[in-house]
Amino acid sequence: MSERSPAEAAGLYLHVPFCRSKCPYCDFASITEHSLVARWQATVLEEARRPEKVFGRFDSLYLGGGTPSVLPLETLERLLRGVRDAFSWMPDVETTLEVNPEDVTREAAIAWCGLGINRISVGVQSFHEDELRFLGRRHTAQQARRAVELVREHGPENVGLDLMYGFAGQQRARWRATLAAAIAFEPAHLSCYMLTIESGTELGRWVADGSVRTLSERLERAFFLDTAEEIRSRGYVHYEISNFARDLSKRSRHNQKYWRHVPTLGLGPSAHSYCDRARWWNVDDVSEYVSRGETAGDVRDGCESLTAKQIQLETLFLGLRTANGVANDFLHTLPNGVATVAVLVREGLLVAEGDRVVPTLDGFALADGLPLRFEL
Amino acid sequence: MTRIRNFSIIAHIDHGKSTLADRLIQHAGLVSDRDFRDQLLDNMDIERERGITIKSQTVTLPYTGSDGEEYSLNLIDTPGHVDFSYEVSRALASCEGVLLLVDAAQGVEAQTLANLYAALEHDLEIIPVINKIDLPAADIDRVREAIETELGLDGSQAVLCSAKVGTGVNDVLEAIVTRIPAPKGSPDGPLAALIFDAHYDPFRGTIVAMRVMDGEVRPGDIIRTMSNRLTYKVEETGYFRIGREPRKVLQAGEVGYLIAGIKTVGDTRVGDTITLDARPAAAPLEGFTVSKPVVFSSIYPVANDDYPSLVDALEKYSLNDASLSYQKDSSAALGQGYRCGFLGLLHLEIVQERLEREHDQSLIMTVPSVEYRLHLQGGREVTVDNPAYWPDPMSIADVEEPYIRASILIPERYMGAVMRICMERRAANTRFTYPSPGRMEFVAEMPLAEVIFDFYDKLKSVTQGYGSFDYELIDYQRADVVKVDILVNSEPVDALALIVHRENARARALHACERLREEIPRQQFRVAIQGAIGGKIIARTTIQPFRKDVTAKCYGGDVSRKRKLLEKQRKGKKRMKMVGNVEIPQRAFVAVLKTNNE
Repeated sequence: MSERSPAEAAGLYLHVPFCRSKCPYCDFASITEHSLVARWQATVLEEARRPEKVFGRFDSLYLGGGTPSVLPLETLERLLRGVRDAFSWMPDVETTLEVNPEDVTREAAIAWCGLGINRISVGVQSFHEDELRFLGRRHTAQQARRAVELVREHGPENVGLDLMYGFAGQQRARWRATLAAAIAFEPAHLSCYMLTIESGTELGRWVADGSVRTLSERLERAFFLDTAEEIRSRGYVHYEISNFARDLSKRSRHNQKYWRHVPTLGLGPSAHSYCDRARWWNVDDVSEYVSRGETAGDVRDGCESLTAKQIQLETLFLGLRTANGVANDFLHTLPNGVATVAVLVREGLLVAEGDRVVPTLDGFALADGLPLRFEL
Repeated sequence: MTRIRNFSIIAHIDHGKSTLADRLIQHAGLVSDRDFRDQLLDNMDIERERGITIKSQTVTLPYTGSDGEEYSLNLIDTPGHVDFSYEVSRALASCEGVLLLVDAAQGVEAQTLANLYAALEHDLEIIPVINKIDLPAADIDRVREAIETELGLDGSQAVLCSAKVGTGVNDVLEAIVTRIPAPKGSPDGPLAALIFDAHYDPFRGTIVAMRVMDGEVRPGDIIRTMSNRLTYKVEETGYFRIGREPRKVLQAGEVGYLIAGIKTVGDTRVGDTITLDARPAAAPLEGFTVSKPVVFSSIYPVANDDYPSLVDALEKYSLNDASLSYQKDSSAALGQGYRCGFLGLLHLEIVQERLEREHDQSLIMTVPSVEYRLHLQGGREVTVDNPAYWPDPMSIADVEEPYIRASILIPERYMGAVMRICMERRAANTRFTYPSPGRMEFVAEMPLAEVIFDFYDKLKSVTQGYGSFDYELIDYQRADVVKVDILVNSEPVDALALIVHRENARARALHACERLREEIPRQQFRVAIQGAIGGKIIARTTIQPFRKDVTAKCYGGDVSRKRKLLEKQRKGKKRMKMVGNVEIPQRAFVAVLKTNNE
């Protein structure tokens, strides 16, 4: 039993696997070599035109990556046109572009708007020079500020800032300063991510060999709580563990589909798709993706067919990551669901809200362990 | 009969017994070179993993000697671990000689000696074989000398070989033929066959492995097992090859198998004598005893309602292991289970692993206990072996515990170490004798409770394997024992409760709390672990809760990944026991079992 209402439209995701440089913490599929852009773009459109599971109409389009803002405008334009032609759309489509500050100019912002992009997510990460250097970002704090200003002025109304916190040595006061600076821009949306050490990344290797330390659990918790309390106090809705919206209408329409088993189609290398209990994904490697596409091969790398129990588990853990929590009706489908909730409420991790049960801030902080408290 | 040779290979662990056995089989042409694979005789997963032999398997090898005659060589494979010394002795009783294997690089080691003693007790012809001569570290001359000085055998008579490479195999076979005597026995006398092994085949029932001493047996005969006088009709007799090969008759001097509609191996006893019902032997063959357990523990299913499945699994398991003893037991926290007796800690671990792996059980092993005699105020006497039933301390006037007389045989040089571990366990009335030069017998009275779990293992450890342990129950003596409760978040877990000598109570309680702190995973709330006597807390540890346990991002492909991680974690949880809200893994119970002497 999943959460979505049957009428909800689908989401389309395009993976743009190109960056100017590789940030040490990133484990997404992206390369810094741009010779494949044209072929990649052609393959994506080819993929879009292939007969696919019936998705119905889409109402969100999300360009992520990589750094989508590195794409030359003509490429972007061709891409969007092709994708819009290949599928059917609702009248109002949330169209998101992820951008890096160093790519933001007045002209670019205007052009993006002109292409129908009505939501921009700026990868700021930090407003402190030294932190930006540690994170391997290509922009300066100054550039970051300028970029946000430009986007606020010339871009769409719906602007989000992506920030990162929780690296060893970061003082709470500095993070609070970054937060304050971000909030001062009055963005429609804020995403604040605790820095995660992924194996296989450069940062992962630095931590493994001891040259970079990680924060203690106690401090990680403190940062997380600081963040949530600060942003909430400014009236933002903390609608998912790492995501805040100025009001309910400014929540990421696209991302919410992931958390509610709404069908989503992903195009491009490493992109994931979901529809009706089936999930499938494309190859990660860009050249592999392109060469398969060009020889009419299958760009897919794998798929899975979910059992009812697996859907149940996903519904549970995804729900407990969002402010919507899970419905009481859903809890009744779990053995001892109601009893477990009672225990978790006593521990202050969940709270009853009408016909649903939602996580408290403490519950968010321990969200990974919550699904394990339930019998399935 | 003159062309039969019955022999075993004995050696210290890893000196190459199994590889040599494989080579002999290969040489006899019983397997094609393509089918030859390492450790052919060891076919259980657990055995492969641990590099040991548990079940003994036997094979009859045809061999044409250098004299042109055709011989039948019966290799009787023996279990390699001392926990199974009784099985070893019965296998040896079925032989006329042994190959005593010594590693050319390692030389004579503890089990080499122990096995030699066993072989000497059976008056067997001993052929020293120096194996692994291919190793760069091999020092043949030194090993020859060790064979002379440490084993008292003729080093110049040692056969050299490398089982791994394949050299010297022919020399070994010739030595078997020329130096091991042919079996003696009367082919026309009344049947007397020694059972040295039995295993259960789901299709045919119990397969009995035996050495026919006198007489003969064939399908259709009515046989009798002499220890219990049960009779059976023989369905099939035959030789062991790779697989079984039926033969019309088995005669004196031969080694082979018998199938006779025997339902469980428990009905057949290793060491028992098989004879004909119509014409029984005058007396059974010597040396039959029932093996004595030295380690006790209770086992419980993790989930209470899995008990019937455990009952079933134990029954099926014991079809193939007659030395496991078990009887019903129960615990307030863990429900119904079984109190089991094992031949040693290895036996215990193997039983646990086999039950879990082959019979799909999730098990909890608990602290073993002895039967205490309690004299209550007002004169009543009760026997308590389960801490859960320990009465209120106020009502107890007196406690007595069972004592044993332990007899420990060791080379003299280990006297100090052995004295120490015995004194640590409250040994009294100790004395020493010297049964032979260099060897010492140490006799002491000790509380059974102190030896019931890992004393045997400890003894083996401090004597580097050379020590042997035998015991008999003597009497009950006064004991100053108390019950230590272990509480997890204020809830007593009676499966962890200990009955300990008062002077050890605090140390044991603290040890238990510390082990639990290590074994119980962090939870989403603080966990307090306490040891208490009556209501008084005497030890405590705390497990800090998670402060933060959350993944930052969950988009697209993360969902699948996250779900898989949760599925894996859930699987791990299945082996947990819930005590209140706290998840206690099964290994936590076992960890508390290991005493504070670590």
